[in-house]
Amino acid sequence: MDPTSYDVLIIGGGLAGIRAAIAVAETNPRLKIGMVSKVYPMRSHTVSAEGGAAAVLSKDDSYDTHAFDTIKGSDYLADQDVVEAFVREAPLEVVQMEHWGCPWSRNADGTVAVRPFGGMTTWRTVFAADKSGFHMLHTVFQTSLKYDQIHRHDEAFVTKLLVENSRCVGVTAIDVRSGQMYAITAKATILATGGLGRIYAFTTNGNICTGDGMALAYRAGVPLKDMEMVQFHPTGLPFTGILITEAVRGEGGYLLNNQGERFLKRYVPNKMELGPRDIISRAMTTEFEEGRGFEGPHGKYMHLDVRHLGEATIDRRLPFMRELGREFVGIDIVKDPIPVRPVMHYMMGGVDADISGATLMKGLYAAGECANVGLNGANRLGSNSLSECLVFGAAAGRAAAEQVGSLAAAGANPIEAMLKDETKRVEGGFLDKKGGDERIAEIREDMQHSMDEGAGVYRTKEGLTELTRRLDGFRERFERIKIDDSSRVFNTELTAAIELGFMLDCAVAVAHSALAREESRGAHARRDFPERNDEKYLKHTIAHHTEAGPRLEYRDVTLGKFEPKARAY
Amino acid sequence: MTATKRITIKATRFDPDKDEKPRLQTYEIPFSDDSMVVLDALNYIKGHVDGSLSYRWSCRMGICGSCGMMVDGVPKLTCNAFLRDHWPRPITVEPLNNFPVIRDLVIDMDDFMHKLKAIKPWVIRKQPVPLGGGAFVQTTAQIDEFRQFSQCINCMLCYAACPVYGLNNEFLGPAAIALARRYNVDSRDEGLGQRLPVLADAEGVWECSFVGECSVVCPKGVDPAKAIQQTKLDTTMRFVLPFGNRD
Repeated sequence: MDPTSYDVLIIGGGLAGIRAAIAVAETNPRLKIGMVSKVYPMRSHTVSAEGGAAAVLSKDDSYDTHAFDTIKGSDYLADQDVVEAFVREAPLEVVQMEHWGCPWSRNADGTVAVRPFGGMTTWRTVFAADKSGFHMLHTVFQTSLKYDQIHRHDEAFVTKLLVENSRCVGVTAIDVRSGQMYAITAKATILATGGLGRIYAFTTNGNICTGDGMALAYRAGVPLKDMEMVQFHPTGLPFTGILITEAVRGEGGYLLNNQGERFLKRYVPNKMELGPRDIISRAMTTEFEEGRGFEGPHGKYMHLDVRHLGEATIDRRLPFMRELGREFVGIDIVKDPIPVRPVMHYMMGGVDADISGATLMKGLYAAGECANVGLNGANRLGSNSLSECLVFGAAAGRAAAEQVGSLAAAGANPIEAMLKDETKRVEGGFLDKKGGDERIAEIREDMQHSMDEGAGVYRTKEGLTELTRRLDGFRERFERIKIDDSSRVFNTELTAAIELGFMLDCAVAVAHSALAREESRGAHARRDFPERNDEKYLKHTIAHHTEAGPRLEYRDVTLGKFEPKARAY
Repeated sequence: MTATKRITIKATRFDPDKDEKPRLQTYEIPFSDDSMVVLDALNYIKGHVDGSLSYRWSCRMGICGSCGMMVDGVPKLTCNAFLRDHWPRPITVEPLNNFPVIRDLVIDMDDFMHKLKAIKPWVIRKQPVPLGGGAFVQTTAQIDEFRQFSQCINCMLCYAACPVYGLNNEFLGPAAIALARRYNVDSRDEGLGQRLPVLADAEGVWECSFVGECSVVCPKGVDPAKAIQQTKLDTTMRFVLPFGNRD
């Protein structure tokens, strides 16, 4: 059998992708599985997740409460059928992770412990100290090594989806080490490429979070959903954007302004530090604007104070935070408050997918942050995303495994031709391109700063219109890029150029979707339309790719037993 | 405003298609912020001076394990090696020692990926445990048995520091043995017997001459040297125990 032909191909080796691969293997052990990652899987950005994974585990908790918290948190833009399914699956996935060896933190009796998290009405976030994502990723990755039918293509960079008769039949990829382009075919393909944070300058996201899967699907004709919904996490370290976990507040940390005041009493009086991220980020922004932030060399900031928790609790529950403070800020959080400010963190928007991860294209699925299955709506609650990767990674894996039995393999001839075309595009358009005077990094930095300015915590029509205009300019400049590196071997300038193209396409979708939604809902806060407008916008934004720019449609949200109400905490 | 300070970076350049051997290339770049790390300097070079410099990085917060390099001869994560600790002296950045070099600062770590699989880094049970029974009970004291070994980020600094691996790359090496230990002492695992043959092999724990450099350079506080010594004891016990107890 051809070593680059699979039953199921997974693009991305983070938590959702690996969970999907294992689900395929468990559903049908005879299927041949390919897993492509542009890095080694354990480098995937899941590794940076800190706080934990939400699941109903305690007797005092209920599926209904987790569902309601999630739906209220989403500002009613979540699809309620999806949320209901999610809350039922999440506890099983958390136990599965435990059986695979994840070192969840424990209660004194040895049972799995939970901690409070923002927007959750009860304690339901399981955690591995403050390195939950790291432990979960290494656990699933190491567990995946026991399945010989999972074939990895590490450091392979996907450039395009192969589409034959409106069906996804695989991808073209660059083997980064050799520079060779090749086709990988599959009966079903699952996108699990993670987030898009690098379209912003100030982000918690790693260098690899460039929206590859979103752009691949979008260009192939699969729409992106709710791309205007961008989460700003309240607590990033100034300058680096390193994430300081919400668990710091879950464990009892205070957010203080320059008056030493717990200012959240004016914004989320019943929740205080455990309010949802969108509201706290706006509260901090307002405080900054009204002169109650600290001024630092890297902008305004607040204090996040855990000194009253004591060294023992900090070392047991938040050891990584202490390490990050010591190494990257030069402070000891046992003795010093942590400087923090809102930072772009997560895309609620993503590839339009249904409850099993299926997209509108036959043979193509999506899971994890790159997907929008309708779970997070306009604002994701902290600790729902690690659970989402598990639940919907597994769902997509099972659905794909069940579908492939009825599908024939892709034909060889059109694949050859498609590979040839794509090789020509990549080599001609980048590597062997003559002329050009634009540096990739300069366009990228301009895009990032423009996104920070135009599509940040608060948005306006003027700002977003200006952003779309600038993005058009960056796309024109992108046509004139020059690449210093002509080598085929490990050419990271080539992959950075392709990533920039992906990011520009996604950024345009973000800007246009945000401009068109003339209301404020969840993370999408318009100064010119400060109210939520259920009559007009209790709908998903569906962005279709066209040469002229995104074509937007709207789709009704799936409601259920929770009637949309005013959202107060 | 005072003029921006500048700092000199000497980085290894090597393209196997063009170069017979690696060479150092010198770049002088602005050192504009005290918070800058060696990785920021490399990113500045790649972005604004020479786009052909190749290296790996992602999280920039010391957890993904991608950006390990030799910084003035010491294996370090470049995302937390600060320029201010070196300035005004120049900084030499080279690929990690003891590995084949693919390009510039990029090493070939496939050898480790094979060794990782060889030690079976997953929970092994004699009988499958159904999910319906819920999570295992595991006390914090039991987690403390393996906690530090589970902190390994696979950054390869310990292999770069290990003189034994430098002489014989068949040696299983510090991180792989620490990860084997991580599972061997996990109360949920029953796989010691399956892992011991690899660990006790000629290229396993007994190759270690207990220099201990691995534990010194580990950025995450893992003590692979301790894992190796403890595992030596496991391999010995196996031969003194009666057959029935050897799993």
